[in-house]
Amino acid sequence: MSATDSTEHTRRDFLYVATGVAGAVGAAGVAWPFIDQMQPDASTRALASIQVDVSGVEPGMSLTVKWRGRPVFIRNRTEKEIEEARAVALEDLKDPVARNANIAADAPATDLDRSAGEGKENWLVMVGVCTHLGCVPLGQAGDFGGWFCPCHGSHYDTAGRIRKGPAPENLAVPTFEFVSDTVIQVG
Amino acid sequence: MSAGHSTYTPKTGLGRWMDARLPLPRLVYDSFVAYPVPRNLNYAYTFGGILTLMLVAQIVTGIVLAMHYAANTEVAFNSVEKIMRDVNSGWLIRYLHSNGASMFFIAVYVHIFRGLYYGSYKAPRELLWILGCIIYLLMMATAFMGYVLPWGQMSFWGATVITGFFTAIPVVGDWIQQLLLGGFAVDNPTLNRFFSLHYLLPFMIAGVVVLHVWALHVTGQTNPTGIEVKQKTDTVAFTPYATVKDAFAMVVFLALFAYFVFYIPNFLGHPDNYIEADALKTPAHIVPEWYFLPFYAILRAITFNIGPIDSKLGGVLAMFGAIAVLFVVPWLDTSKVRSAVYRPWYKLFFWLFVINAIFLGWLGSRPAEGIYVAMAQGATLYYFAFFIVIMPVLGLVETPRRLPNSITEAVLEKKSAGAPATEQAKG
Repeated sequence: MSATDSTEHTRRDFLYVATGVAGAVGAAGVAWPFIDQMQPDASTRALASIQVDVSGVEPGMSLTVKWRGRPVFIRNRTEKEIEEARAVALEDLKDPVARNANIAADAPATDLDRSAGEGKENWLVMVGVCTHLGCVPLGQAGDFGGWFCPCHGSHYDTAGRIRKGPAPENLAVPTFEFVSDTVIQVG
Repeated sequence: MSAGHSTYTPKTGLGRWMDARLPLPRLVYDSFVAYPVPRNLNYAYTFGGILTLMLVAQIVTGIVLAMHYAANTEVAFNSVEKIMRDVNSGWLIRYLHSNGASMFFIAVYVHIFRGLYYGSYKAPRELLWILGCIIYLLMMATAFMGYVLPWGQMSFWGATVITGFFTAIPVVGDWIQQLLLGGFAVDNPTLNRFFSLHYLLPFMIAGVVVLHVWALHVTGQTNPTGIEVKQKTDTVAFTPYATVKDAFAMVVFLALFAYFVFYIPNFLGHPDNYIEADALKTPAHIVPEWYFLPFYAILRAITFNIGPIDSKLGGVLAMFGAIAVLFVVPWLDTSKVRSAVYRPWYKLFFWLFVINAIFLGWLGSRPAEGIYVAMAQGATLYYFAFFIVIMPVLGLVETPRRLPNSITEAVLEKKSAGAPATEQAKG
């Protein structure tokens, strides 16, 4: 590096390294805004929550709403669907975790934990995006009477839990709450 | 650029003036006129030129299309229809561009298979091969983003599935996907950035092509015998010999291109892409463009967990691995003989590989269920075995045929074996 024939580190070597490091930090500082601008912008993030009136959704009916550019399934399940989902043993599930953003992250995927909770077991709210590669599953289809993704053949049951096919996880339950008896706020 | 001394002598005063200041004519003369090429190059060696032509064609038609296209989800789909119906000759330019992409890939696949057959990747051409692999990767990224721009159903769901690959990466996967999409799902920010990058990448390809040609002109071309050029009679001048041969191949290739454009312009496309993108409705079968089908089949073939790697990540790794393995081919092939012409076993396995690749492509277009999955798993196994097992082992155990002493000898041998040809080959 320096013109001296000594192998000892000189003050000049130190200056070279210090200058180089300062330059690298500066370059990284300039690079960051160019990476950061790729992330979801303020207007995208502002669409974080929506309110949905579900008063007209009778048992056996579903509603699909758009939230953060993606479909959200809101289903008022029939007694039969709830019974079917409850009858499944946890050991039979490919993904035994509830994937419910409203409860603990490691909660088991029981039917109750997948639904809107005690007293509202009939309501199922899920992001309608297959956990495999992001297609929208078809409702009331597939081998388990729940949802079926036509892209790569993932079957979900009546609680939206993955039962067969390549998807690794249960359909995600987003953060939501009943702000009144008939209005759900998603997000 | 080429090894050896330059034979360019400017004939005019202006030529000498230029040569002393910016010897660009000298570079062109040395690289594309006097440049010596092996005399035995066959038509498989014309695809480099064809690919250059296709790159230029795609850039020219693309720049024109960008004058009429609008990258906004509200209007993108209709702006493409406007190009088809309202813009003067718009239908022609768009069909040239969309079919041109397919032609580009046909040419690149022939070019890659030619390299694999004649052992073009072997020392000292490893970097030349790797630069080619980089171009191929850039081509795939460009084609994928270009397919999103018309904002049809396949555009949207193709983008959803392909960016979904990144969510398979542990920990940072979701962050990377959001960084690519600019949101939580494919939407306007995605379309905007894809348009920007789709415009940029072809120029990056052009840059790597310059390096590719530079590396080629340092080592010189391979040839069907795989023997290096040893004497002056082994070569002919690039112009007129290679120039004319390349030009003829281009004309034939353009005739095929024209047939697609004028008679079956949507044959390689997908009807679902004439339906505007709908974020709430997935088409029944999401199928990528034909040139991605073999890799799509590999992605879907991994339906089982491998140790700690779940099937989703496994599929994505296998798919990217299928391309990554190409980069190390120069070190996987242990044979001292370059060309498959003198390697009977390698020739057999090579053609099986070609058939297998086409078979994978067909499987990629089928639904991922039943017997198709099992067949895709078998074909995926052969794809990887060809590179990772057959290439290294065969080089050690195979007995190659006798090699001729030189290219000239090989050419003359062939001539005396065939029809009586007494004419001494042109030097």
